[in-house]
Amino acid sequence: MNLLLKERTMPATAPAFDPEELRRQFPIFARNPGLVFLDTAASAQKPAAVIDGLADFYRGDYANVHRGVYRLSARSTERYEAARETVARFLNATASEIVFVRGATEGINLVAQSWGPAFLQPGDQILVSELEHHSNIVPWQMLRHRLGIELVVAPIDGTGGLDMAAFARLLGPRTKLVAVTHVANVSGCVVPVAEIVRLSHAAGARVLLDGCQAVPRLPVDVRALGCDFYVFSGHKCYGPTGIGALYARNGLLDAMPPWQGGGDMIRTVCFEETTYQEGPQRFEAGTPDISGAIGLALALDFMTGLGGDAIRAHEADLTRYAEAMLGDIPGVSLVGAGPERLGAVSFLVDGIHPHDLATIFDQYDVAVRAGHHCAQPLMDRLGLPATTRASFGVYSTRADIDALAAAVRAAQKLFGC
Amino acid sequence: MDLRDLYQDIVLDHGRHPRNFRVLTDANHLAHGHNPLCGDKVTVFLRLEDDRIADISFDGKGCAISTASASLMTEILLGKTLAEASTLFGHFHDTVTKGDGADLPPDLVEDGERLLPLTGVKSYPARVKCATLAWHTLEAAVKGGGIAQPVKTE
Repeated sequence: MNLLLKERTMPATAPAFDPEELRRQFPIFARNPGLVFLDTAASAQKPAAVIDGLADFYRGDYANVHRGVYRLSARSTERYEAARETVARFLNATASEIVFVRGATEGINLVAQSWGPAFLQPGDQILVSELEHHSNIVPWQMLRHRLGIELVVAPIDGTGGLDMAAFARLLGPRTKLVAVTHVANVSGCVVPVAEIVRLSHAAGARVLLDGCQAVPRLPVDVRALGCDFYVFSGHKCYGPTGIGALYARNGLLDAMPPWQGGGDMIRTVCFEETTYQEGPQRFEAGTPDISGAIGLALALDFMTGLGGDAIRAHEADLTRYAEAMLGDIPGVSLVGAGPERLGAVSFLVDGIHPHDLATIFDQYDVAVRAGHHCAQPLMDRLGLPATTRASFGVYSTRADIDALAAAVRAAQKLFGC
Repeated sequence: MDLRDLYQDIVLDHGRHPRNFRVLTDANHLAHGHNPLCGDKVTVFLRLEDDRIADISFDGKGCAISTASASLMTEILLGKTLAEASTLFGHFHDTVTKGDGADLPPDLVEDGERLLPLTGVKSYPARVKCATLAWHTLEAAVKGGGIAQPVKTE
């Protein structure tokens, strides 16, 4: 089985929008001239619309939410709830289905800690895939001993994509939840999630999709996908850190017990008994990340302005170009990503450890991620201690990838290979 | 900062062709070292005779820096006493983390100089752990009393 494929794809057509123009909207590039930022999959840079919009919110509209009688608090609340509407619209959901969380990790933990004990019995199975980030593995492992459930792992195939035949075989009457990534963070593999939802629902299982790498790269329509839960992080789609969203299909949240107690999530409290809010508020104990939510909405508005299809076309173009440019260098192999790779390319250079590569790249101002990418089980499966990953954003250009390829050749020269 | 200060010829050479890179079948001490950040793994094998390092080897997978560091360490420490090994590690550790190590006793000065090619990492904070992993693992092997003790740096 050869998971490291030597790929030779011809560059695709021109980008769907002008990334050079867009770059000017990202102050980081003005402050760091020459920066070749190829680590968007770890965290995206922020456009001025988000940075300035956040400052403007603090300057003009800030107060705590859901409490004050005064108009400023009402205005802040309005903006916070409008942000929820924006997230909902972006995913084609309704606001009552959107919970603000710290990020995808917290979203998954919320489902694990709240939905898990309420709906899982000993002997039930949760089906994940080998492509998962630690955040979609560990929260389920933590339930294993507590609830007596099993974690089942769907393997990848020889091309690095999810083995759908094996997936279908592993899906059984005991599968109560399928938790898989929409786009894999290590390889950029686009997982056929619509098909997974169809198969899983037919088997009576709920489906949680990890949209961390998908939301920044392709249009996501949770209605069309039909999934039960969808999570993503704001900082990977041009928004602030510390904010993300959990989508839970209509009705699911009301059946789930609260997971954290405190202010804002309650209706009435007395020492004998407390009643809880319904819907998303039940899961937002304490003062929420108000500005984070507003920043996230600004980021999603920014992406909507560019257009989901245009972003996807741009990411696909850069991905094809990177496959071609890296594939042209002798000694470079790409980590397989199945039928479709989007937004990230993991690769190896013969004779040079990824950590050495990343240090050498840094001297050329090329920022990439080297390591296990928080996906140690996948790395073990691939038999690799680490890879080097280049990932793209709306501001990435073909020139960035040319600089990457040049840095690879420089590293090979330095190492004499 | 010139990359050549970090990747000197001697480092590249030891990284590509590590010395004493084998399992020591008659080892009486060993330890596994792991850098979870980059996935580097090293096992250091020792055959101690009283407090003298009668034989030393390593195996594992790592970057050029960690491999070269382990390789040079095994070359330098063969035949040394544990006290001398400890002095050299202290000197090396201070050099790469603080920029300067204490003066070495005259009979170890030459060994200290052999470690100089690795001290380029002091300008690359993210890589210091790579250069010290094998040494930390050696320390664990000595203390471990023959039982494998996992060592982690991150």
